[in-house]
Amino acid sequence: MGHSKKRKEDARFIQGKGNYVDDVKLPGMLYMDIVRSPYAYAKIKSIDSSKALEIPGVVAVVTGKDLEKYNLHWMPTLMSDTQMVLPTDTVMYQAQEVAAVIATDRYIARDGKEAVIVEYETMKPLMDPFDALDPEAPVLRSDKEGKTDNHIWHWEVGDKEKTDDIFSNADITVKQQMHIPRIHVASIETCGCVASYDKVENHLTMYMTTQAPHAIRTVIALVAGHVGLTEEKIRVISPDIGGGFGGKVPVYPGYVIAIAVSFLTGSPIKWIEDRSENLQADSFARDYHITAEMAGTSDGKIQATRFKVLADHGYTDASANPSKFPTGLFSIGTGSYDYGAAYMEADAVYTNKPPGGVAYRCSFRVTEAVHAIERMTDMFAKKAGKDPAQLRMENFIKKEDFPWASPTGWSYDSGDYHAGLKLAMDTVGYDELRIEQAQLRKEGKLMGIGISTFTEVVGAGPSKDFDILGIKMFDSAEIRVHPTGKAIARFGTKSQGQGHETTYAQIIAEELGIPMEHIQIEEGDTDTAPYGLGTYASRSTPTAGAAAAMAARKLRDKAKKIAAHLLEVSEQDLEWEPGKFFVKGAPEKVKTIQEIVFAAYTNHPEGMEGGFEATHYYDPPNLTFPSGAYICVVDVDPETCDIKVRRFVAIDDCGNIINPMIVQGQVHGGLTQGIAPAMYEELIYDEAGNILNGTFMDYLVPTAVESPNWETGHTVTPAPHHPIGAKGVGESPTVGAPPAIVNAIVDAVAHLGIKHLEIPVTPFKLYKELKAVGYFNQQEA
Amino acid sequence: MKTVTLKINGTEHTAEVSPRTLLVHLIRENFSMTGTHIGCDTSSCGACTILIDGKSAKSCTILAVQADGTEIITVEGLATAEGLHPIQEGFHLNHALHCGFCTAGVMLRAVELLEKNPNPTEEEIRWGISGNLCRCTGYNNIVKAIQWASAKMQGKELPSTEPVFV
Ligand code: FES
Ligand code: FES
Repeated sequence: MGHSKKRKEDARFIQGKGNYVDDVKLPGMLYMDIVRSPYAYAKIKSIDSSKALEIPGVVAVVTGKDLEKYNLHWMPTLMSDTQMVLPTDTVMYQAQEVAAVIATDRYIARDGKEAVIVEYETMKPLMDPFDALDPEAPVLRSDKEGKTDNHIWHWEVGDKEKTDDIFSNADITVKQQMHIPRIHVASIETCGCVASYDKVENHLTMYMTTQAPHAIRTVIALVAGHVGLTEEKIRVISPDIGGGFGGKVPVYPGYVIAIAVSFLTGSPIKWIEDRSENLQADSFARDYHITAEMAGTSDGKIQATRFKVLADHGYTDASANPSKFPTGLFSIGTGSYDYGAAYMEADAVYTNKPPGGVAYRCSFRVTEAVHAIERMTDMFAKKAGKDPAQLRMENFIKKEDFPWASPTGWSYDSGDYHAGLKLAMDTVGYDELRIEQAQLRKEGKLMGIGISTFTEVVGAGPSKDFDILGIKMFDSAEIRVHPTGKAIARFGTKSQGQGHETTYAQIIAEELGIPMEHIQIEEGDTDTAPYGLGTYASRSTPTAGAAAAMAARKLRDKAKKIAAHLLEVSEQDLEWEPGKFFVKGAPEKVKTIQEIVFAAYTNHPEGMEGGFEATHYYDPPNLTFPSGAYICVVDVDPETCDIKVRRFVAIDDCGNIINPMIVQGQVHGGLTQGIAPAMYEELIYDEAGNILNGTFMDYLVPTAVESPNWETGHTVTPAPHHPIGAKGVGESPTVGAPPAIVNAIVDAVAHLGIKHLEIPVTPFKLYKELKAVGYFNQQEA
Repeated sequence: MKTVTLKINGTEHTAEVSPRTLLVHLIRENFSMTGTHIGCDTSSCGACTILIDGKSAKSCTILAVQADGTEIITVEGLATAEGLHPIQEGFHLNHALHCGFCTAGVMLRAVELLEKNPNPTEEEIRWGISGNLCRCTGYNNIVKAIQWASAKMQGKELPSTEPVFV
């Protein structure tokens, strides 16, 4: 633990030997391409495949009507809504799948796609979620019996009366409407699969870019059981994944069509989407419209918060949340501050946009919540006339007050928020920066300092509250130690770059004393790995990492019995040191773990089971609550409004750290995915429902030039209930960075009368805001 | 159909291709070297970057027939009998990859960069790889890896590969 071991998985990646889904090649494999709708809302009048079928090499064209015969034209979403696999009559968003072309090679499949002629009758799409609430608005989901509006669900938490009461009597209140825009995970590998159905064996092998292979197998069995594909006949293999970030949790229509076609033809079907298809049709993230309010005393004590959300889900609720949490864990939005009252409510609506609402590098809607609370804390500090760092210090939950019951029902396990912010302030040189800022302002220069001190909630989750489609969100580890003392361990999670092969090996090495070089880690094959719900929401270390430690401890107990037998002493007389048991007071009487394991196969005590294997399914008693203190410094060009991040200091607390190098790497990557929505990324639609930036030419993923040199550090407050005290970190930076950046930009121009800026804060947006407050007039005058 | 002959990683390969075949598909599918990846359809991501006659190029934006007669290096050809290329070592030791999908492209781009400019500044490195998108690493460690490789290739003292994580 705590060692920056170099990664075991690197060897294959740096030599071009990774095995991603598009690298899978099977004999007789056919290629699939998908015809997509150019319109956001239209009736399909006809689909003419004849021209496509004339092209040599085109094998089939599949439409919704074909799938309808097998009742496979609709599928359930993870949120128990319904989603079209292929439409039979209406398309609901631009780029929706309309038909699939199967051909002998990918170029011919593309030719076939161009040759399919679809006639549409367009309708006026509903693009604005606020319009969707209008009683006069057309009802989009008329396929649902009895549906008379576009409302999906209402959710609320907290004490409304108490909160309202505080708001009516508070010295200070602040209120802001904000939009957390629709964005995309944009992993550099897109989604795809190779579906291979063996007619003779009635067996499906599905190579697939999925973060949750076991759950997917169960879903396939539930959807396709009626055609004879039962769960033992399905093998899902998630090969190396080129980044997931939540976008590879959902089941996309392309996967289902590929399975259906393979099932009907008996040929393996490869489907790999283009980048543009990926951006335009695969699950989006965020898209919350939030009215946020905070109330407090004139001397800067926060007393209550009130959030009202309108969630735009597109045409179906295809979020990837635990079943009981339609807004995910948004209720973490009371933040790191000690106050007793909060009320949050949310409503979700249908629009003519692609479905989704995935937890993009975020533990289910935590990013949206953190943005709201951290923006409000700054606005409140401003109104109370306090420095935002000082106000935070005065309002933090104190270290000694954990476990802390939040007004929205969470039990925060541990934290030391004061220490984190202090370290961040010292590292960045906060006081000096404030002095510099005052000086620069006198010179007419624009510089801002922004803070975000967030609390995350990850590691879903305790089975009493957390399930997906009824399946409890535990996770698993199985360790098998071979006679020579070398091991293989398998997990229900699936790395997409997080370095599980290294971290899990380190955990087991620490617990059992077997060198990590001799511990092989495997994930992603449902035929061999134990069941688990997969990797997202920073849950792997909190759940499967814990399972690894617990399974290893079971083996250590067994090892002790064997050692006692071999040394002919009682178990109480033995002491453990990583890698060996020895007799107390007689360290020369010792058995190494390798000797013990060998004995488990060759000379185990009578009455004991032979072999050396253990499995553990870990059901966490609570979630873990990582936290962070981030400080961003920006310089704004007063003429071009160009924004430059001069410094960014991120102090994270993810409890005990298994591998600092990997944790730091996760933080770097997450921060870049934090600057992205803060300054660059947003999926933009026009009124006609056209996406305006659905390619990598115009959807601006940060390059090395936009990304600053991140400065990182950490404090350690172990999770008290976790076997190794770890909390999970992958998502903290994505969650915590955007408000730090926006707070910094707002701070740079606050003295000019700007109170809030919507993300992404582009130079043009900032220019317009500055123009609106008359900044450029003053300059000219 | 057209016959294309080219040298990849020192070995001559020939294939019959239709004139519209992209070089990246020729390498990945005809020659089964799958270390070169595809991440976009607009020449934006650089996952497909290879070296053609020593120059980095996006193989998704070149037709196979255009590459006839050229010498190509892909990620599979970086290591030699003596061991890994310094850029590969640099990436491994400095944790400059997570999912590995962008890695081949960034490394090959960096090889050319270091050839032209053995001692790049941080700024030059960042601009130098700005045609390569990485969604995982945040680029800090990619920059470090290239600096490390630069030192190694010039026989200079090697920078520490321990993370600075206060
Ligand atoms: S695949 Fe993206 S640039 Fe070539
Ligand atoms: S390591 Fe995943 S895209 Fe770069």
